[in-house]
Amino acid sequence: MTSLIHPSDTSTQPRARSYRDHQRPLWQRILFSRDLAVWVALVVVYLYASATVPFFDRPITITYLLLDVAPILLIALPMTLVIITGEIDLSVASTVALASVSFGVLYDKGTPIVLAAVAALLVGIVCGAFNGFLVTVVGLPSLAVTIGTLALYRGIAVGLLGTTAITDFPDGWTDWARGRIGESDIPSIMIPFAVLAIVFIVLLHFTAFGRGVYAIGLNEGAARFSGIRVERTKLVLFMLTGVVSALAGIYYTLRYGSARGDNANGMELQVIAAVLLGGVSIFGGRGALPGVIAGVLLIGAIGSALRLADQTADVINIVTGLLLVVSVVGSSVLGWVSSKRRSRGAPDAPSGTTQSTPPQPHNNTTLTDPDGPVGEREREDR
Amino acid sequence: MSTATPTVTTPAPPPPPSTGARVRKLLQARETGIVLAFLVVLAVTTAINPSFLFSKDGWRDLFLTPSILVVLAVGQAIVIITRNVDLSVGSILGLVAYATGRLFVDTGLPILVVLLLGILFGVALGLINGALVAFAKVPALVITLGTLYVYRGVMMSWAGSDRINASDIPSGLLSFGTSSILWIPSLAWISFVVLAIGAYLMGRTRGGREMYAIGSDPDAATLYGLQKTKRTLLAFAASGGLAGLAGVMYVARYGTISSGAGLGIEFEAVGAAVIGGVAIFGGSGTVLGAAVGAYLLMTINRGLPILGIQDFWQRAVVGLLIIVAIVLDKVLKDRQHKKLLAERDAA
Repeated sequence: MTSLIHPSDTSTQPRARSYRDHQRPLWQRILFSRDLAVWVALVVVYLYASATVPFFDRPITITYLLLDVAPILLIALPMTLVIITGEIDLSVASTVALASVSFGVLYDKGTPIVLAAVAALLVGIVCGAFNGFLVTVVGLPSLAVTIGTLALYRGIAVGLLGTTAITDFPDGWTDWARGRIGESDIPSIMIPFAVLAIVFIVLLHFTAFGRGVYAIGLNEGAARFSGIRVERTKLVLFMLTGVVSALAGIYYTLRYGSARGDNANGMELQVIAAVLLGGVSIFGGRGALPGVIAGVLLIGAIGSALRLADQTADVINIVTGLLLVVSVVGSSVLGWVSSKRRSRGAPDAPSGTTQSTPPQPHNNTTLTDPDGPVGEREREDR
Repeated sequence: MSTATPTVTTPAPPPPPSTGARVRKLLQARETGIVLAFLVVLAVTTAINPSFLFSKDGWRDLFLTPSILVVLAVGQAIVIITRNVDLSVGSILGLVAYATGRLFVDTGLPILVVLLLGILFGVALGLINGALVAFAKVPALVITLGTLYVYRGVMMSWAGSDRINASDIPSGLLSFGTSSILWIPSLAWISFVVLAIGAYLMGRTRGGREMYAIGSDPDAATLYGLQKTKRTLLAFAASGGLAGLAGVMYVARYGTISSGAGLGIEFEAVGAAVIGGVAIFGGSGTVLGAAVGAYLLMTINRGLPILGIQDFWQRAVVGLLIIVAIVLDKVLKDRQHKKLLAERDAA
């Protein structure tokens, strides 16, 4: 941990401390937040697609949309916390596949299905703990670690089953995974998702642990010195990501009725794209769960609207990629514009608030963080 | 930025190192370990099955299989050294491969022109990445994740359901893809040339060394007055251009191009670079290491069936290798750090 105080930082007059995000009334803060923007985009896309795309406003569309995005919704919850601490986990889809294969193989060998499911969840916890161990105890960058475990877990999953698939699961379970809540159009999987979403929202936004998650992302050194158990927090988050990925793996297996080594191929990229679209900063320290949930639904809604409009998967790929690039570049450009405006108007504004504004030239305390996030913590001055 | 210009006194050039010191340095180099690992894998598999190395096919595959990954790994190493990462190389490879295929089908341009166009197309795609990263100040991971989707999507919508088959590709290119010069496949020669140029530029030229400086400490590099934007752009252009070249090599080698060309190869390229000692935090490692990492990966992949391991387990071995490599790096780094501290305290 070395903090570089720039020579230019020794300013002559002490600045008054002010928190820009608390200078405005609450309604303004809510109205101009990134989360709300994603929700608005979601509503706009939904209304537009309902008006222009045939069959999009049918209830069955919503059912299938939710069934399709359920695994991504589930994994996005813990992934959000991991990215807010400035780490990343690219091995989630491989964990999904490994849990799916473990679940299938154990059930095939005659284990009661409940035990097989519990064992699959344990596999997920072990996968997450291994990631967390390498990142926190050994002190390796999570990007490199999880690229390694992406190949490792996927390799074990493919190795266990080869090219075969296990397909005979009890009808009761598969029907539940494809079924709906009573007579409504909402899939049953939304019940566990809602429970988990509430748990994670409370954990991130209403507990000391959650504040610690933000603190670690904003400034790991400061968090450590204020008594936050950085290593333990990160380890817990990686384990949570593992277990939720395993849960998504069990759901995936039951919904498609097959356990295969190549299940959920490429899903890690979809999850990360959705989380970043939902307003979580890859630098860590910024983001909120409601926005992330809207981000996942937005990608899902655009995808299903395009499918119904007879567009193929490739257009959906292009739109997903463009959305991701535009959303991050857009927030970067907005930050630049507002910092220009502020530096012309008010003489100063402390950086490090909720906006991803790059620090202004006259107050930048750059932290070069040896165990920082994805190998890209560079906030530089212009 | 108000920076006081520091007065720099140029130190006298150090005396040339003795032969013993040179040998010791070579033995301690990170690349030496990777080369040794590669030779061990080669020796073990050849001992079990001599045809792995001493048959015509074995000898050819030893060089031919890694050639495309070597080119990608060199590009990836350059980007990682500048503290970025390029996840879009697999999509660039696929898109350029399809574009070259289309050019052959739709136009009568000579082979060389098409190849150059393919590489230029790759450079252009890389520049898009670089511009977004350098000007928007957004981490490369996010940008290249986005362009991974976009480029792949463009390729798929362009290709639709039709594939390009070997019958559409000029026979000259296909026979080049399978030909050999001096007992070594031509495609491997291309990868050697790329490696030599990359190693020279990164190791011996000012621009290359500036990339290391930017990767190891961006703030210090900015204060020192290095042109970060330009170097970032160049790094991504190099990575894109090399991915484009890899796409052309893909056409020459396989002839058939479907929408899955290059799918998922970006993780192998990053893996090869990381195994070869290029730290994900930038500022260290060499393109030579990354290339040897690619050789190690591919040779293990081919050697597994001979060792009696089903090739389904290939990816698991790759993952394990990556993890072992970064743990090893960390251990070595910590030891060196302790040694330096001890030296400082002793002084």
